[in-house]
Amino acid sequence: MHLKRRTLIKMSGLAGGGFVLASVMPGSLLAEEAPSLVGSVELNAYVQIDEDGTITIYSGSPEMGQGIKTSLPMIVAEEMGANWDDVIVKQTPEVDTERYGRQSTGGSYTLYLNWNLMRKMGATAREMFLAAGAIEMELPRDELKVENSRVFHIHSDQFRSFAELAALAYRQPVPDPESLVYKGREEYTILGKSVSQVDSLDIVTGAGDFGIDTRVPDMLYGTYEKCPAVGGTIVSANLDDLKKEPGVVDAWIINGNGNVRELMDGVGIVGTSTWAVFKAREKLKVVWDESAASKDSWTGFKKFAEDVDSDVGPEVNIERGDFKAVFEDRDNRVVERFYEFPYVTHMCLEPMNCTAHYRAGEKDGRDHLEVWLPTQNGPRFQSVAKNLYGLEKDQVTIHVKRMGGSFGRRTSNEYVCEAIELSKRAGKPVKLTWSREDNMRHDFFRVGGFQKVRAAVNPEGRVVGWDEHAIGIHQNGERVVGSGFRDSAFPLANFPVVRGSHTTTEMKTLAGPWRAPWSNTHAFITQSFIHELAVETGRDHVELLLEMLGSPRKLPGDIRSMHTGRAADVIKMVASKGGWGRKMPKGRGLGLSFYFCHAAHVAEIAEVSVDAERKLTLHRVTAAVDVGPIINMSGALGQVQGAIIDGYSTMVGQKITMEQGRIEQTNLDQYPVLRIGAAPEVDVHFIQSDNEPTGLGEPALPPLAAAVANAIYAATGERVRKMPLIDEGFTV
Amino acid sequence: MPKYQFLLNGKEFEVDVPGDMPLLWTLRDVIGLTGTKYGCGIGQCGACTVHVDGSPVRSCLVTAASVDGSEVTTIEGLAEEDRLHILQQVWVDQDVAQCGYCQTGQIMSAAALLKEKPNPTDDDIDEAMSGNYCRCGTYVRIREAIHTAAGFYDAS
Ligand code: FES
Ligand code: FES
Repeated sequence: MHLKRRTLIKMSGLAGGGFVLASVMPGSLLAEEAPSLVGSVELNAYVQIDEDGTITIYSGSPEMGQGIKTSLPMIVAEEMGANWDDVIVKQTPEVDTERYGRQSTGGSYTLYLNWNLMRKMGATAREMFLAAGAIEMELPRDELKVENSRVFHIHSDQFRSFAELAALAYRQPVPDPESLVYKGREEYTILGKSVSQVDSLDIVTGAGDFGIDTRVPDMLYGTYEKCPAVGGTIVSANLDDLKKEPGVVDAWIINGNGNVRELMDGVGIVGTSTWAVFKAREKLKVVWDESAASKDSWTGFKKFAEDVDSDVGPEVNIERGDFKAVFEDRDNRVVERFYEFPYVTHMCLEPMNCTAHYRAGEKDGRDHLEVWLPTQNGPRFQSVAKNLYGLEKDQVTIHVKRMGGSFGRRTSNEYVCEAIELSKRAGKPVKLTWSREDNMRHDFFRVGGFQKVRAAVNPEGRVVGWDEHAIGIHQNGERVVGSGFRDSAFPLANFPVVRGSHTTTEMKTLAGPWRAPWSNTHAFITQSFIHELAVETGRDHVELLLEMLGSPRKLPGDIRSMHTGRAADVIKMVASKGGWGRKMPKGRGLGLSFYFCHAAHVAEIAEVSVDAERKLTLHRVTAAVDVGPIINMSGALGQVQGAIIDGYSTMVGQKITMEQGRIEQTNLDQYPVLRIGAAPEVDVHFIQSDNEPTGLGEPALPPLAAAVANAIYAATGERVRKMPLIDEGFTV
Repeated sequence: MPKYQFLLNGKEFEVDVPGDMPLLWTLRDVIGLTGTKYGCGIGQCGACTVHVDGSPVRSCLVTAASVDGSEVTTIEGLAEEDRLHILQQVWVDQDVAQCGYCQTGQIMSAAALLKEKPNPTDDDIDEAMSGNYCRCGTYVRIREAIHTAAGFYDAS
């Protein structure tokens, strides 16, 4: 059900006997709509109390497995003094950023960006309950406290439950946000504990609220065929044959707007089941005009990279210190290596999908669009609806659905636009489901790339200069997301004498953010290379890393710039917990790696053995992580375990290639992923430093590949500079 | 269209679908049970795992016609009345899921394993669960959860 703001207030705030808390934002509409609220009135509503004591906390950020739907409400509950058992969590019923704030997720940044808002929501509720409790019990407010969903008197056994106080609390002035005092960490009763995610029960009973499970009355099922080489336009298709196929209701040639993130040319088919339209599609014959389509070739790109014979590329991003001098100094030795990594696909287990119902002229002659949308970014779709269909916000209803994985994938809108086109033409609601093959062919891939790294090492074995040259990809004159590196990465960010540059070539294959973009490959290269330097100079890897970090300091910038002291702490912690320096039997080795990204300092040690047949066993990974205080311990551990296993899966077997613009892998049978038997034990240690908490969806992945490569070296003396490992003859 | 009958989660069911329609789509689109998931359609991911006459089966690979006269159990039928299957309970308690999409298939495979081997070793788990992919990498917890559940499991 779509609740308008006014109805929501009425239903739950007044008529329904519940309590809606809105957050402070001057000049709000609510001031006029709800005159019973006094003071500066807020726009965002996150907390609702029912008469039976149920506390509903809304989650504004989309859930894709990162645990945000559990962790953000935990913060609200903590500050308001709720008992977590009384809390139910609901996804915000609409996309309305004025009311709910930022309703997108990504970059492991959602927690950080919502931390203060969530604390404010909780603390505001708490203050209003305290004010209500003081009136109700006729006691001085400063003798009252909250705990366990109730207000109690610290000098007697008097108390009132939140439910009893809700109606009165609703009429209390909303406190000035400046006056709010937040709990200290030592007072926490919910934060830092392990909580099972709020949708666990639905998930295990098959009632999970995934987009692909949407069923609305009178719905048709849809599929959409695009040119296998991105950018092809449609000439003709055998629609008449298709329409004769069993279960097919209709089929159309659809001309897109040429925007790969919105609508590309294709053939749309709707029918009575997903199976019917998938099967009919096998009979589809399309003539594409590929004159402007991708001709990309992985072997061509590889050749391009191998032919780049230079230490520096035309795009110089950073140069610091007496760079020339240290590399030209004849007393210094220059060590140089070359690394390679492939394209990979997102492989979200839930395929791209969207259910759309376009109702032409539905309300006062104006069109209305309702979408059931698994997306990381609902607000972005609102602008697409406006630009593409001229629909204002009030003409669009968005139901944000749980995502069966996203990892950066569900940030574009082409699967939404395709569903809308089908619904518009069919005049009915349509659920569009991409086949697995569609998902692999039309991904926004993690791009492949190559990189040379050089270091100048002085006669004492100290690294005195650092040089990176990445060979990557541009589109429309700009380097694509995930290609090469960013200057904020270690050691470019902190090392006194560095240069970083790029050479790029044009590739049309779509590129997009993939779990820790840039970092997921850059960490492999740089943290393998630092180990290579340790080997070359005969020094201990940990000692060399700490030396390269320099004195403990926070680098200039916001929380997303590194603190070398926090970095050193996780490295020391992982060395001690992971038994660094331990003697290993033959064929077994330890490898270490550190990386900083997404405001997280993470170090990992991999313990690997390799047998005579090159069968690899990753026995255990030890991780030390500093993301500030932990919100949900269970969720945090899960993210680190999962990122490590995902990183290993990617490193071992995953590779996408293309020729003539066509992606060569079509399904999981050609794209080996890690199975349970090859998954390592994972041992995680958090340093809960006194910083603001930040997210964990991504940052534990990047260090893994280098830790494993370094361990393979320790076990065998063989250096791996290319992913995936199966191409180097390893098996797992 | 031909009609097929089977016992679905303990109830007699009759569906009217083309003979080559996979059980997966029959369940999801025709019957409306969406706990069984589509991941790959070629038997590689395990998201669509159900039980046919007690054995784990990838429902994307068998047709509705082929289960005519059989007994089919999906995730929706795993709990008994309102008592969760022990695996479902442990899955919640130990917070196994991340995105959750693979988990119904994981649980169906694990349930078949426990029926066969109430006290599985790590190798048994590796073997029985190798067809179930998890992109989120929840394997560590899946293994732990199966061991925990085995401790409570009453094979009867
Ligand atoms: S959908 Fe059946 S195994 Fe993947
Ligand atoms: S929990 Fe996401 S695929 Fe397994």
